[in-house]
Amino acid sequence: MALFEYLLRLGDNTLVLGQQLGALTGHGPVLEEDIATANIALDLIGQARLWLSLAAEVEGAGRDEDTLAFLRDERAFRNLLLVEQPNGDFADTMARQFLFDAWHNELLTALCASTEPRIAAIAAKSLKEARYHLSHSSAWIVRLGDGTAYSRDRIQRALGRLWSFTGEMFEADAVDLELAATGVACDPRGLRAAWQGTVGAVLAKATLPVPADAWMRSGGRRGEHSEHMGYLLAEMQHIPRSFPGARW
Amino acid sequence: MMTEWPLWEVFIRSSHGLAHKHVGSLRAVDAEMALGNARDVYTRRNEGMSIWVVKAADIVASQPGDKDALFDPARSKVYRHPTFYNLPNGVKHM
Repeated sequence: MALFEYLLRLGDNTLVLGQQLGALTGHGPVLEEDIATANIALDLIGQARLWLSLAAEVEGAGRDEDTLAFLRDERAFRNLLLVEQPNGDFADTMARQFLFDAWHNELLTALCASTEPRIAAIAAKSLKEARYHLSHSSAWIVRLGDGTAYSRDRIQRALGRLWSFTGEMFEADAVDLELAATGVACDPRGLRAAWQGTVGAVLAKATLPVPADAWMRSGGRRGEHSEHMGYLLAEMQHIPRSFPGARW
Repeated sequence: MMTEWPLWEVFIRSSHGLAHKHVGSLRAVDAEMALGNARDVYTRRNEGMSIWVVKAADIVASQPGDKDALFDPARSKVYRHPTFYNLPNGVKHM
């Protein structure tokens, strides 16, 4: 079912990125940044819960947000490859966050106009958070880019490494096209120009060159993930799978 | 090369508050980052509607040793205090 599939994509992006950022709690470069990262992680987990709850409701197969989050295997996850990339160093984390945030803002803005009112409502709530995420990650791209020679080198390399994961954000498949036709979703291809505008402007301010488009990796939305995904899920799902139905 | 980020003092006016109240301090490289950090560190639980940040170095504080000269003269003069007026019930926040 296209709508279920689409909601999983939205939920899985935010769930996986939230899980990644959560792992940084207590490891931030400074106290203030540590709290900011945890806040963003919690925002994303909150968004994931809304998307996955709606997905479960739409599916109507007796699953709920927890079943979808903790009892699906790697091949059933629909997130972008970008969000499952490792935290790496602070530059890697911020580059991943920035590339995602710039896209997420465009996506959520478009989804606020969805003809499915529940999607529009979740998008409107999420957009307020995503705007803050983008301003936070943009500020760091600029600071690292025009900081020391070392920080500039690290952020430039991080952006270069992650660039090949950005093409996937603008791919449209049958699910996208079917839902875009009825105004429920948006055609991802339409988000590219605005995303390039945001990314270009911030990189210019950071005095960083925009990485060249080359071969783009893809497959996350079809359940074909990178080697990092299995480890991420093993950690995230270990407790609920070992102790089914456990509560505290 | 790495030097410590400057210290900022954070003042927040809560949703129902009339004035900004000092809530704490944090470190940030500039005002913009200080605002962002203040938002994350001090307003996560809906505490505020408005944030002020000011460099700690820009604050001039009274000296504890000057306490007597500054505050004692008012203490023994009750006529300085507006305690002889009856406030109408409608007046709040006084």
